[in-house]
Amino acid sequence: MMRSLRWLCVLSLALLAACAQQPPKDDSLYHALGERAGIQKIVEGMLLHIAKDERIVEHFRKVDIVRLRDKLVEQFCVEAGGPCRYTGDSMAESHKGQNLTRSDFNALVEDLIDAMDELKIPVATQNRLLARLAPMRGEVIEK
Amino acid sequence: MTRSLSAVFSPVVLASVVGGCMSGMACVAEADQGRLIATGGASSIEGAAGGGIIPWAVLAGYDEQGEWGANLFATHINLPDYTLDVAGMAMSYGNRVELSYAHQRFDLGSLVHKLSLPEDNLSQDIFGVKVRLFGDLIYDQLPQVSAGLEYKHQNDFLIPSLVGAKRDADVEGYLTASRLFMGAAFGYNVVVNGGVRYSRANETGLLGFGGDRRDTRSVLKEGSVALLFNPRWAVGVEYREKPDNLSFAGESDWADAFIGWFPNKHVSVVLAYARLGEIAMLDNQNGTYLSVQGSF
Repeated sequence: MMRSLRWLCVLSLALLAACAQQPPKDDSLYHALGERAGIQKIVEGMLLHIAKDERIVEHFRKVDIVRLRDKLVEQFCVEAGGPCRYTGDSMAESHKGQNLTRSDFNALVEDLIDAMDELKIPVATQNRLLARLAPMRGEVIEK
Repeated sequence: MTRSLSAVFSPVVLASVVGGCMSGMACVAEADQGRLIATGGASSIEGAAGGGIIPWAVLAGYDEQGEWGANLFATHINLPDYTLDVAGMAMSYGNRVELSYAHQRFDLGSLVHKLSLPEDNLSQDIFGVKVRLFGDLIYDQLPQVSAGLEYKHQNDFLIPSLVGAKRDADVEGYLTASRLFMGAAFGYNVVVNGGVRYSRANETGLLGFGGDRRDTRSVLKEGSVALLFNPRWAVGVEYREKPDNLSFAGESDWADAFIGWFPNKHVSVVLAYARLGEIAMLDNQNGTYLSVQGSF
């Protein structure tokens, strides 16, 4: 009895230590999207659709597109659970003064979905990424 | 007036409007269509945006803030002893308020000869208003919640009065909530709707309002669940509770299983199997439902 109790203590201590060291991180979405290279393809595809999207392209006229691409790749990577760090401005900061509408936000979502469709990303995987990005709408629109 | 209106919304006219949009020509009064595809829903048999037999909290068309949206639709339900044809339209502004109109014609089929009925069909007009109270179908914390009123006028009241209906026109209200849950079923999006209706309509009003058995409104539950395979294809089920106001025959709750196709923001098609149960003494009125909608 004493022996098994002692083992239990050792085991739980080991578990606690493991938890403290490494918080478990779900990076399955990052892998499903094709890791960093796959995410870059998605972002570039979305930007190409935006370039042809007369509903919202005006908002991107004065934007450094290469920098935007890099920041979006970082952001999608972080949201997908990948080993990245987002170095851009906050969502609220980067959209300040643009007065983006709900329709603008939806137009960008449509361009993102079109890009993912072209890359043959399964709908269930698309939905996981969209579910991570949808809550940002409040920090993007009407700023 | 009613006849001329229903002629305007005949399936042929609807098809030409839809066809005009499909062939890439500019549609009449093209709106901005700032909402995502399929979020304007299909057209319910009473004209309001929704599923097939119940309204959802979504509003007709694809308008967001500052935009207009509208649709035209035609629906045909083929039952063993009856057919129901519906044509109508809805428009909404700012994803906030929706106005709708529907004309229903219910053909009595074999019952006309069996009972030597004085008329071979029943018809009604339905004028609806729906307001989104708060929330959003996809974004924000709260589900989209809408309230609606429907004014219904039964046009051929002789038969309904003979079976005990009390009045040929009435107003009913409903409160409904809709929410899309992202990736909720095996990674696919799921839309859930639930609502309550306060009504005394017999067979949605085709057999008048109120009856010899009960003449007050009842609180009736309705709801649906839809699974989205992608933004353009949906399958689901619906349920609608109905009152039992007339003593001459039982009135069944309705249900259906549907598949909806939204190829683009201008056209949608819904095919369903509808279980309408007992209608005016004839049981097992279960059959096919087909609805075509054009949005602009």
